[in-house]
Amino acid sequence: MILQGLLSTLYQVAQMALVLALAPLLTGLVRAAKARLAGRRGPPLLQPYANLAKLMRKEPVVAHEASWLFRAAPYIVFATVWVAAGLVPTFTTALALAPVADLIVLVAMLGVARFFTALAALDAGTPFGGIGASRETFIAALAEPAMLMVIFTLAILLRTTSLAGIVDGIVGGEGVGLRVSLALGLVSLVMVAIAETGRIPVDNPATHLELTMVHEAMVLEYSGRHLALMEAAGMLRLFLFVALIACVFAPFGIAQPGDGPLALLAGLLGFAAKMGAAALLLAGFETSVAKMRVFRLGEFLGTALLLGLLAAIFLFVSTGL
Amino acid sequence: MGEIGYDTAHLLGALVLLTSFALLSQRRLSALISAFALQSALLAAAAAWQGLIQDSPHLFVTAAIALLLKAVAIPLALRRVMERFGIQRAAEPALGVGPTLVAGVSLVTLSLLLVIPTTAASAALTREDLALALSVVLLGLLMMITRRNAIGQVVGFMSLENGLILAAVGVKGMPLVVEMSVAFAVMVAFIIFGIFFFQIRERFDSLDLRRLDDVHAEEEGP
Amino acid sequence: MTQEPTLGPALAILLVPALAALGLALVPAWRLAARLNVVASGLTLASAAWLAAAPPAPTPLLLVDDFNLYLVLLTAFVGFTTSLFSAGYVAHELEDGRLTPRSLRFYHAMFQAFMLAMLLALLANNLGLLWVAVEGATLTTVLMVSLYRTAAAIEAAWKYFILCGVGIALALFGTILMYLSAQPLLGGGAAAMTWTALLAVAPRIDPGVLDLAFVFLLVGYGTKVGLAPLNGWLPDAHAEGPTPISGVLSGLLLNVALYAVLRFKMLMGANGQVLPPGTLMAAMGLATLLLAAFMLHRRRDMKRFFAYSSIEHMGLMAFAFGIGGPVANFAGLLHMTLHSLTKSAIFFAVGHVAQAAGTQRMDRVTGLTASHPALGWALVAGVAAIAGLPPFGLFMSEFLLVTSAFATHLVPASLLALGLLVGFAALVARVQGMAFGPPMEGVRELRAPLAPLYAHLALVLVAGVWLPPPLAAWFQSVAGMLG
Repeated sequence: MILQGLLSTLYQVAQMALVLALAPLLTGLVRAAKARLAGRRGPPLLQPYANLAKLMRKEPVVAHEASWLFRAAPYIVFATVWVAAGLVPTFTTALALAPVADLIVLVAMLGVARFFTALAALDAGTPFGGIGASRETFIAALAEPAMLMVIFTLAILLRTTSLAGIVDGIVGGEGVGLRVSLALGLVSLVMVAIAETGRIPVDNPATHLELTMVHEAMVLEYSGRHLALMEAAGMLRLFLFVALIACVFAPFGIAQPGDGPLALLAGLLGFAAKMGAAALLLAGFETSVAKMRVFRLGEFLGTALLLGLLAAIFLFVSTGL
Repeated sequence: MGEIGYDTAHLLGALVLLTSFALLSQRRLSALISAFALQSALLAAAAAWQGLIQDSPHLFVTAAIALLLKAVAIPLALRRVMERFGIQRAAEPALGVGPTLVAGVSLVTLSLLLVIPTTAASAALTREDLALALSVVLLGLLMMITRRNAIGQVVGFMSLENGLILAAVGVKGMPLVVEMSVAFAVMVAFIIFGIFFFQIRERFDSLDLRRLDDVHAEEEGP
Repeated sequence: MTQEPTLGPALAILLVPALAALGLALVPAWRLAARLNVVASGLTLASAAWLAAAPPAPTPLLLVDDFNLYLVLLTAFVGFTTSLFSAGYVAHELEDGRLTPRSLRFYHAMFQAFMLAMLLALLANNLGLLWVAVEGATLTTVLMVSLYRTAAAIEAAWKYFILCGVGIALALFGTILMYLSAQPLLGGGAAAMTWTALLAVAPRIDPGVLDLAFVFLLVGYGTKVGLAPLNGWLPDAHAEGPTPISGVLSGLLLNVALYAVLRFKMLMGANGQVLPPGTLMAAMGLATLLLAAFMLHRRRDMKRFFAYSSIEHMGLMAFAFGIGGPVANFAGLLHMTLHSLTKSAIFFAVGHVAQAAGTQRMDRVTGLTASHPALGWALVAGVAAIAGLPPFGLFMSEFLLVTSAFATHLVPASLLALGLLVGFAALVARVQGMAFGPPMEGVRELRAPLAPLYAHLALVLVAGVWLPPPLAAWFQSVAGMLG
């Protein structure tokens, strides 16, 4: 028992470190792949690390009108997103925080992060901050119900919202197999993920045109280590969603509690492979689609919500579907 | 084959249904045609898979017909028609995308509630495939109702036929007559649509069906 | 009738139109094509007579029983008389420049193809074959409706194609469901699609699936019958197509679609646990009749006017078969036959009128009895027949229906009577305007023969006065089959 407890704590700490270490790599991989697909050489793979390091060394500049919220927000946001990312099982489900690693908790933590980002953006007093905050909350107002719909579907199917329980339900025991509602849930969750992480077609992360920005507009005022923390939070958010989709819909290879070191290694390698595949798919998708106009976002997320609803309906009507 | 056969059949059916939703929400004609091509390709995959698990080789023929004719030939021809006539690129649905999608979800729910309980005596796989197929049919019907452009209506009609082929391949042992007839319907329908496109374009200089309604209103009278 | 095992007559009746269609597609001279059309239709009629004399036993694909035999004879006969009318009619249209020799070649080939499709649908024993044939009939008529290439014709043909295409698709779904319901009992393959086999196992079929299948089939084939609310295609298709096509659409194709619905109703009737199919049919029929009767009052185009009259009568027939029972079924069958003859006669007359007066608007046509007495009085007789006046046969069938309906269903029967009266008023008012009054200026001589018109009306008159006992016995046996 104590050994189990110690091991799970160890794995949890390892996971937190892994998440922090790998998130910039994922972002770098996506950027490099996008550059290659666009016919350019692109920045080196480890560029995000260099950016973060550079920013950490610089002195933050804060606006006169900004309150304590503006200075505290980066830390709060970074902390919540980091912990949330640490909750999602990547290579093993034997984590110390597994009992609280629940999908609803994730949604709540992401909500807290978003709340503080938006408030801080308003706090700076610039118009772009206001634009970004209002668009971000608009997106959230639609994306959260869609995500909850997917969680609802999973809950009906697997009778749990705990991430470890979900992994167990899908791979362990008799498993669930390929199901229509899961396929619909996957599409819905991918659409929500794109909206929440601010990728094309919802928001262009590399844009410099302020009027088209959603997420970037909120962090426009930050500099120095504050900016480093916000950027890191963004990378962690991307990592979180990729890991979440991999955990819920492709949890093959994740080590179960009580597995030996070989299973852990397999879990790590499997996870690395999933990350790589996700990065390439995301890069390919972003390169092939154009950014949507802001007023079309309602439809995009409405579709995600409807697909989630449809997934739940399928489950209600037939056990086989 | 059991479980995996069952699940893959469902998955392919669900993907066809997803493309139906994609068809409902497209705004541009070329995107509409691409989505239709994708739906037909998925249908071909579903037919081929059913051929495999039902051990009916004639379903492979159906899959080949669906692939060659509806995933390749017809989209190419539709694109040619678009280029030749310089047809306007937008194909906004009459209700707006949002309400159309809500109507679509309602129709899918309706078809599930209709088919699953009444076909209690049949195998579960068949029932669920049939429910998915009826959903595709009803969504094709919705698309025909909400599209104002002639090409949009044609694509809606063809996606309705895709739903019918999905239903026919899902039911075990349906004889070739039905499959040939469905293929026949597709071919002849396309020829007729082709003739109509030329005739409509000649007469009206556009494929906007609201122009047809105006003619009707003038000529008919009370 | 002795049952002989040879398929000769059945094959003949299908091969003649098939070969004629192929042949006529190759003949460029329109006069020759028109005559060949008449000859082919005559041969088809002869084959139908042969079939009646020597009906073969059912095969997995083809079936000949009392129900479809008389419909086959009717179809062949009306096809023949229509081809006679058409030969004269197209000559006039060609002179006026409304048709070209090339489009006439297409028209004649499609005419025979249409006959083939209808006869195949009537003789089919396999549900899939029935569906293919009805689809084929739809497609050939769609192409013919757009023959004039005017804006209105193209619009009518497009609407026809879309609405009937959807109907056909739903009917196919119903066919698939029907197969699904029979599959556990008959195994897979063609056996579960054969109507005779289905009828044999009908009592044991799962009622839920059968109900669902029937709803789809009723809605699908009902679109082609012209039942409300799916009849939007009918008036335009009748108004814009060439008149001979309007005649066969009203007279024959609607019957074939109703025949398909009735076959499925027979299957439902054999199974005791399903929802009563008659109620739905009767309700749709009544609604159709009332809708059409009221719509009759506001029409201005004569072909559209009589198209609504066709809708009204199909509604009446659906109501009759929906109520069921020997008397109502007998009335429905008699009505099917006589309506076919009368409506095609009326469309012949309307075609003559349109050509003579140069317009299809009823308010511009007056004094026909003065300018063209033979035509004018024929039109009056035809409209009297379709309105249900004695001594024409339709009076007998409507009377039988109304009296038997009053006995069992008071409220629907009252609505039926109301609808018939409303329709009657509209018909009488219109024909009065057209037939009597001062003759029009600038009318032209008739080119097409009036003989087919008179032949049909004579038959309807004779049937009203004296129904030959073999025919009556035939109708009674089929009425019994329909349950």
